[in-house]
Amino acid sequence: MSEKEVKNLEEIFEARIARDEKIEPKDWMPEKYRKTHIRQISQHAHSEIVGMLPEGNWITRAPSLRRKAALLAKVQDEAGHGLYLYSACETLGISRDELYEQLHSGKAKYSSIFNYPTITWADMGAIGWLVDGAAIINQVPLCNTSFGPYARAMVRVCKEESFHQRQGFEIMLTLCRGSEEQKAMAQDALNRWWWPSLMMLGPTDAESIHTEQSMKWKLKRKSNDELRQQFIDQTVPQADLLGLTIPDPDLKFNEETGSYDFGEIDWDEFWQVVKGHGPCNKERMDARVNAWNNGEWVRDAAMAHAEKNEKRKVAKAS
Amino acid sequence: MKKNWPLWEIFVRSKNGLEHRHFGSLHAADAEMAMENARDVYTRRNEGVSIWVVESKNITASNPADNGEMFEPAQDKVYRHPTFYDLPDEVKHM
Ligand SMILES: [Fe+2]
Ligand SMILES: [Fe+2]
Repeated sequence: MSEKEVKNLEEIFEARIARDEKIEPKDWMPEKYRKTHIRQISQHAHSEIVGMLPEGNWITRAPSLRRKAALLAKVQDEAGHGLYLYSACETLGISRDELYEQLHSGKAKYSSIFNYPTITWADMGAIGWLVDGAAIINQVPLCNTSFGPYARAMVRVCKEESFHQRQGFEIMLTLCRGSEEQKAMAQDALNRWWWPSLMMLGPTDAESIHTEQSMKWKLKRKSNDELRQQFIDQTVPQADLLGLTIPDPDLKFNEETGSYDFGEIDWDEFWQVVKGHGPCNKERMDARVNAWNNGEWVRDAAMAHAEKNEKRKVAKAS
Repeated sequence: MKKNWPLWEIFVRSKNGLEHRHFGSLHAADAEMAMENARDVYTRRNEGVSIWVVESKNITASNPADNGEMFEPAQDKVYRHPTFYDLPDEVKHM
């Protein structure tokens, strides 16, 4: 194809998206669109999968059968989210194995929030409330993104997320209505998860490199800072309801803007964690890689079994 | 050994009276495992009463590049639609 022809196709393509048409996997698309989508969708899928680890830590120690069933169902949902997203990503012509390889080698990133430890039961409450809460804010606009398989996966994901946030908030509420120690535990969890949750919505707009193109392709509909403000504005009243204090002395309602002003985010910490130096980066990656490697013989055995069965069926038929 | 599990397309009937609809895809070693995984991945909240699994390689899909010759001829056949026919207003029930 000549350069002019490509240019022409690109213009038609961009116009389709501007008209709110969806792009499907076999449609022609610019190479950059394909690559950007593979990166974003796979990063999203990896986050769902790695995100199971901090919560999986508490399944065996949940304080009641009710909590255990709920946590187990939530973690299972996250596995499902990962699978929807990996499938969507594979339609762009990359294999599941390549995607895993990129995660395991560190070439692909996942959300930095999952590199923090879950040290008390209250962390299950804080994660559901704050981390799933921030994820919902990120994900809802993606239900209308331009790439059909991604949009469809997000619709299913968003339907399932609201239970995650509610079960987390309920855990916090129960602790806050409990003993002094239980309430202190809830406050401690909020203290540790608040700032990482704000960071989870991404670098400030000034530092964010991909935004303009991503807006055009509807991979992003609001900027990181807008999403962060939305998250803070909706979460502060919820913390008040719990009777907990947000660990930010500069947090203050601004009558003029109708939003909360907030303190400086420690971006050094964010970049440290992104670069692999968070408290649990190594532990998370080891758990992932070990699960994959130790499961290899099972995957191979299942395949061998399937092939043997197939041969037997063919032999019988002939 | 290194052989990847093939890809399967999953179709779910959400309730009797409705058609099976494409829900997504997943990897599985064989049809039986694809069925089990489809149940866990796509019907955790009563989304279905029946599941079809089809190995993706068995699907023949039209190519969007051929959409012109495939679908455009239908565009100028307006006489296939009831609104093409002019009838006086007095005609009822038609
Ligand atoms: Fe999720
Ligand atoms: Fe979730």
